[in-house]
Amino acid sequence: MSLTYDDVVAKYEPVLGLEVHVELNTNSKMFCGCSTIFGAEPNTQTCPVCLALPGALPTVNEKAIESTIKIGLALNCSIAPFSRFARKNYFYPDMPKNFQISQYDEPICVDGYVDVEIQTDEGPKQFRVEVERVHMEEDTGKSLHVGGATGRIHGADYSLLDYNRAGIPLVEIVTKIVPGTGKYAPEVAKAYVSELRDILRGLGVSDVKMEQGSLRCDANVSLRLIGSDVLGTRSETKNVNSLRSVERAVRGEMIRHAELLNKGERVVQETRHFQEDTGLTRSGRSKEQAEDYRYFPEPDLVPVAPDAAWIEELRAGIPERPSLHRKRLQEAWNVPAKEMEAMINADVLGIVEATVALGADPTKARSWWLGEISRLANERDTAIAELTITPSDVAAIVALVEKGELTDKLARQVVEGVIAGEGTPAEVVAKRGIKVVNDDGALMAAIEKVCAEQSETAEKVRSGHLPAAGALIGAVMKETKGQADAARVRELLLAHLGQA
Amino acid sequence: MIRLSAAEMAAKLSAGETTSVALTQAHLDRIASVDADVHAFLYVDIEGALAQAAAIDAKRAKGEKLSPLAGVPLALKDVMAQKGIPTTCGSKILEGWRPPYDSTVVSNLKKNDIVILGKTNMDEFAMGSSTENSAYGPTHNPWDLTRIPGGSGGGSSAALAAFEAPLAIGTDTGGSIRQPAAVTGTVGVKPTYGGVSRFGLVAFSSSLDQAGPCARTVLDAALLHEAIAGHDPKDSTSINAPVPQVVAAAKSGDVKGMKIGVVKELNGDGYQAGVRARFEESLELLAKTGAEIVEVSAPNFEYALAAYYLIAPSECSSNLARFDAMRYGLRVGDVDGASAESVMNLTREVGFGKEVKRRIILGTYALSSGYYDAYYGSAQKVRTLITQDFTNAFTKADVLVSPTCPTTAFKIGEKANDPLAMYLNDIATIPVNMAGIGGMSLPSGLADEDGLPVGFQIMSPVMKDERMYSVGAALEAALLSKWGAPLLDKAPIMGGAK
Repeated sequence: MSLTYDDVVAKYEPVLGLEVHVELNTNSKMFCGCSTIFGAEPNTQTCPVCLALPGALPTVNEKAIESTIKIGLALNCSIAPFSRFARKNYFYPDMPKNFQISQYDEPICVDGYVDVEIQTDEGPKQFRVEVERVHMEEDTGKSLHVGGATGRIHGADYSLLDYNRAGIPLVEIVTKIVPGTGKYAPEVAKAYVSELRDILRGLGVSDVKMEQGSLRCDANVSLRLIGSDVLGTRSETKNVNSLRSVERAVRGEMIRHAELLNKGERVVQETRHFQEDTGLTRSGRSKEQAEDYRYFPEPDLVPVAPDAAWIEELRAGIPERPSLHRKRLQEAWNVPAKEMEAMINADVLGIVEATVALGADPTKARSWWLGEISRLANERDTAIAELTITPSDVAAIVALVEKGELTDKLARQVVEGVIAGEGTPAEVVAKRGIKVVNDDGALMAAIEKVCAEQSETAEKVRSGHLPAAGALIGAVMKETKGQADAARVRELLLAHLGQA
Repeated sequence: MIRLSAAEMAAKLSAGETTSVALTQAHLDRIASVDADVHAFLYVDIEGALAQAAAIDAKRAKGEKLSPLAGVPLALKDVMAQKGIPTTCGSKILEGWRPPYDSTVVSNLKKNDIVILGKTNMDEFAMGSSTENSAYGPTHNPWDLTRIPGGSGGGSSAALAAFEAPLAIGTDTGGSIRQPAAVTGTVGVKPTYGGVSRFGLVAFSSSLDQAGPCARTVLDAALLHEAIAGHDPKDSTSINAPVPQVVAAAKSGDVKGMKIGVVKELNGDGYQAGVRARFEESLELLAKTGAEIVEVSAPNFEYALAAYYLIAPSECSSNLARFDAMRYGLRVGDVDGASAESVMNLTREVGFGKEVKRRIILGTYALSSGYYDAYYGSAQKVRTLITQDFTNAFTKADVLVSPTCPTTAFKIGEKANDPLAMYLNDIATIPVNMAGIGGMSLPSGLADEDGLPVGFQIMSPVMKDERMYSVGAALEAALLSKWGAPLLDKAPIMGGAK
């Protein structure tokens, strides 16, 4: 009875809409000076303003406006020369004022877009996701409903409220409806959120940690019969806490809607809560009757009218879009897509780039960070970024290897030394007395010694059995404490045994 | 001593003829002797006031340079947050709440070493024109205890008229400083919107609320005005510009060559005969001092009251949403098994009075989807038109004038069941709030028919507050020489020392 995904997309066209809430990483809250540090003791980061004590007034955090404008610019939006805050009125215990300061019909950024690319069996495909608006608002407090079966306020024995989060600056990014994605809707949704996350990270305006809630995505999904231009009823899925979940949630909702529609039932307009364990959604708040939030312009705040010159200044500082930047790096470095992905997943792309900028060969830089250094980080159960080794250390090591002053094996010792806190590569080399044995005389002495000790093996080589040379080279390397250049040893050994 | 002006008290203090402790004690004694009848105060901070006074006397003894009003006592409207002192806004819903912070006005008072005697009565959340809407009982007008002292700031004006304090703080959303001043024979000033910080003023209608000085003389009001005014980064709507030189204006009182515009629409029908007579008389006096009287028209003022009763309730419906029993104030129905929703409902049901509920309902309705454009939207357009009327009028006159209110003080209970009649009291004061300009009321004499005080209103353009002080001081001087003594000398002598 259960439909397959292919059945669904054979009959229906999905229509997506995505709302992303981003917590800005400003030091203080949106409308007061309270700290925004995550994880503090409940209700310790509050003041008369964010607790909505009688008489307290909000004042706008200018840094938050700057961050929002940057986001708008990075998403190709126009920045409104005049925008206003509005009050969204509704009662809920975790909202101290019983209204949320948000923006309504005069948002600060409008009409942008994000281009995303997904990989398909037919090769890469591009989609343009249009952004309707980017606006500022404040987060609510957090409620914890204790007792009761649902974890919701109804039926709970009691509820705990933490207002530390109340007033944290939030930016809401709303797309227009995204039609035309067809069967790729789940991938497009994921790619959009992923691209958005990268852009925001590149701007440095948010921690964008989905698991901590600093980036939250609501996925709106509806289906319509292929060929029809009548939009179906949408559901709004919340609680989607990872990129993978975005994709799963959209796919799951498409199937759920199709099953209802095929049975001749109707889709209820409601919020749905995504369940990480099952990948399914459960019913939340009905949105059949539009809630009346009685929006009106916030009289306690003056309109936001950013100076045109300031906007241009901010525009000039917007970094290259991460996806384009990556594409450019990939071409310049000539690395396969898989390798790029590996660097992104290991979060070393920026470090590799910095290392290359210091003159290191891209392949070498990549292999050090992704290989040996990643391994050492794993061993120490720490993030690469936490290690003491820097791009300039790695660039220096790569240069030493290139100059022949270190072998790869010695270089690994140097890396280890730097990570162990023994100083710069040069200092580690000096302290540990690491140097390549370049003296052919010393090498010849070692070769002769080894050949004498292992005369049988030496004879095999002399008689043309070259694979046997490996054992002898290893022994010579051991004899020279690994400080010899293995290639030179091989050259000299083979010559010595008449095989050159 | 308590019948002196604040400026005279300040002079005696700096001359060493009295101390702040003695002055404060004299007022505390006066409160003890008359406030049972007047009920101007909701809370008297005897210890705090005396401690503050003693500290100021000590500073003075050490020869520290003190501000002009240092050591003079003041009554604070109970809508202003003062750290550690009960702040109820005349409502049950805030009973027992003690703010953990000072409003900016209170900080400024403390910085200026003005002694805060206590908190004065008011219509609940400043909604009303008679203080009858206070949850703690009405205030009585010292001129006639059976009459209202005006509202919402009736406590502050009555305290001045009863010589319980020489200075007071009021707040004015539609006339709550000026109308009480008018009906008690005192001076009240609503500064330009944004001239005095609203931080810590418990909001009724954010875009209209403005705190200001209340006193018995124009100069006293000016001194207090300069003490509390100025830009405040904690209030986004506070104006970042120098405070108008109101003390200098009040001292000079020079109106020669000034054009004084009489607003045609704020006079005539509906205004009590005695009110009109005193108004005409004041105009003649001003003309004699060298001002030129012209007539101006403000055709859109007739919509001001209607628009006000959409904007103010709309904002109040949202501002008062925070009183939900979750974090402070009254909590009703918090029994085992009660939901947060039912506690919120019950608390608001019990905690708010009738007028407050009426306005919350009005405002909620006016902001509702489908009605917003017709009500709130139209009201905002009217507001723009009123502002334009003022702009036009100020091209013809330096200040505008009118009677402050259509009638003298009415009887307690007379209009309590007729909200519309009550609302009409503010017909002449509301346009000032709608446009955010400055307005002053000062006594212009007693109405012949009832012997009760009449107020004269002066309106000045945005941040030109000094103009109303010049005109006010000129008129005050002319009236004083006509009367031979301050108007309040004609008020009935109340119990306690004169």
